[in-house]
Amino acid sequence: MTMSGRAAAVVISSLCRIVSGARAQWIGCRPLTAQRIYYANHSSHLDFILLWSALPQEIRCVTRPVAARDYWEATAWRRRLAVNVFNAVLIDRKFVRTTSVGSNRRKGIMKSIDDMGDAMADSHSLILFPEGTRGDGSRIGSFKGGLYELARRRGDVDLIPVFLENLNRILPKGEFLLLPLICSVNFGTPIRLQNGEKKAAFLERARKAIVVMGAN
Amino acid sequence: MQFLDNDLKLLFGGILAILLVSSVIGAVLHSTVKTDSAKAVIANLNARIRAWWVMCVVFTIALLTGGLGSIVLFGFTSFFALREFITLTPTRRGDHRTLFWLFFVILPLQYYLVAISWYGMFTILIPVYAFLFVPTRSAVTGDTDNFLERTAKIQWGLMICVYCVSHAPALMMLDIPGYDGQNATLLLYFVLIVQLSDVLQYTCGKLLGKRKIAPHVSPNKTWEGFVGGITLATGIGAALHFATPFTAWESAGIALVINLMGFAGGLTMSAIKRDRGIKDFGTMIEGHGGVMDRIDSICFGAPVFFHIVRFYYTD
Repeated sequence: MTMSGRAAAVVISSLCRIVSGARAQWIGCRPLTAQRIYYANHSSHLDFILLWSALPQEIRCVTRPVAARDYWEATAWRRRLAVNVFNAVLIDRKFVRTTSVGSNRRKGIMKSIDDMGDAMADSHSLILFPEGTRGDGSRIGSFKGGLYELARRRGDVDLIPVFLENLNRILPKGEFLLLPLICSVNFGTPIRLQNGEKKAAFLERARKAIVVMGAN
Repeated sequence: MQFLDNDLKLLFGGILAILLVSSVIGAVLHSTVKTDSAKAVIANLNARIRAWWVMCVVFTIALLTGGLGSIVLFGFTSFFALREFITLTPTRRGDHRTLFWLFFVILPLQYYLVAISWYGMFTILIPVYAFLFVPTRSAVTGDTDNFLERTAKIQWGLMICVYCVSHAPALMMLDIPGYDGQNATLLLYFVLIVQLSDVLQYTCGKLLGKRKIAPHVSPNKTWEGFVGGITLATGIGAALHFATPFTAWESAGIALVINLMGFAGGLTMSAIKRDRGIKDFGTMIEGHGGVMDRIDSICFGAPVFFHIVRFYYTD
């Protein structure tokens, strides 16, 4: 990352924390720079930037958000932010989104997982939103399979469930006016893929790990 | 910058002395206590004292800039209090735009009315016009789930966090015969008495407290703290009458009323917190909790103090 990118990252993250009053609550784990995969519920455009801002700086530097290429490469500005400041891992959604269940789709998904795995290498952590798209905030949708594939490849890494609270009230889907409410970013108890655990069971267990934090 | 009259200087001197003495006591207690639970209480006490320093400095700066500084400070206080209140109040997607109006139109408008001293509109903007506007704006979105409950909660938050609080800086708009240009001193008198009453109730409660007043609502409130704190704060109110348009007896009576109102505010806010299952409204002020936790007594005291002064001491 460039010097100016790093400086911009500090400014943007501080600004986000001040404006949103975002509080990071480490409930089930401690903040560590060890490689991890943070996965969270998704209901607002602000989700990824707030989760990223809530991380302590030394962790933020080694953590890369997974984001949609079509959105972040749409303009030069976004592209610059995504690459230089957020150090994002850009993923093609078009394969995942097509309704046809062809071999192309399968290949596209596997390519995305490979990209995420490569992006982690041996020092980076990831932020991802396994619902794939924003929900209305009233319930957490079912998870896409990418989280399972990633957990299978990186059995050595903790998956941290993150519950983002109130973000859907600050900027709900389809809204452009922000409300100045206080949000919190809750980090839960790490999970890993267990021996012989089936895909559907794992994804449901991962989803429940976030749901229980919201129930309290 | 406003002319600093002698009364104001005396009050500031007194506050500085109290802060210095408390900091020394806090430091001594910090090095003498042994048990873990006592250490936790003292750590919280010292955090509170540090926060008091910050709050006093901010408030002093606001008062010294004259009326406008106080209005801006209380405007921001309302903003942060409303933010804490709405965060803890379940609203729905259909209230989004209504809430946007609350924060960015109704709240600034209320303080603008204070700034231009338009008393008539200041008194009815929120209880009448906002009261009619809020449900209308939410109804337009077509979301009817828990409609009455949502509307009531939003209106209540607006009344407490904005309408009630704005009565404190509204003291600046009163013309009190023989007291020209000293309204900032009166505002300081009010805030000082109400906050000292809170502190003294807390201190008396910690030192002597045995019988709880409402254990389900607020386990920290005891009869000993209530009687001791309010008596002392009322005495201080009488002693500070020189800085006000009141006689000593009047000052004692008025201090007693605002102290009782402040207690009512603390108790009511505690009831809301218990209902929502939380201990504090926020984390903005170290040791105290949120802004709302600190100003609950001002919310209830300000309108009553304002109207007593307006009714009896203006033409």
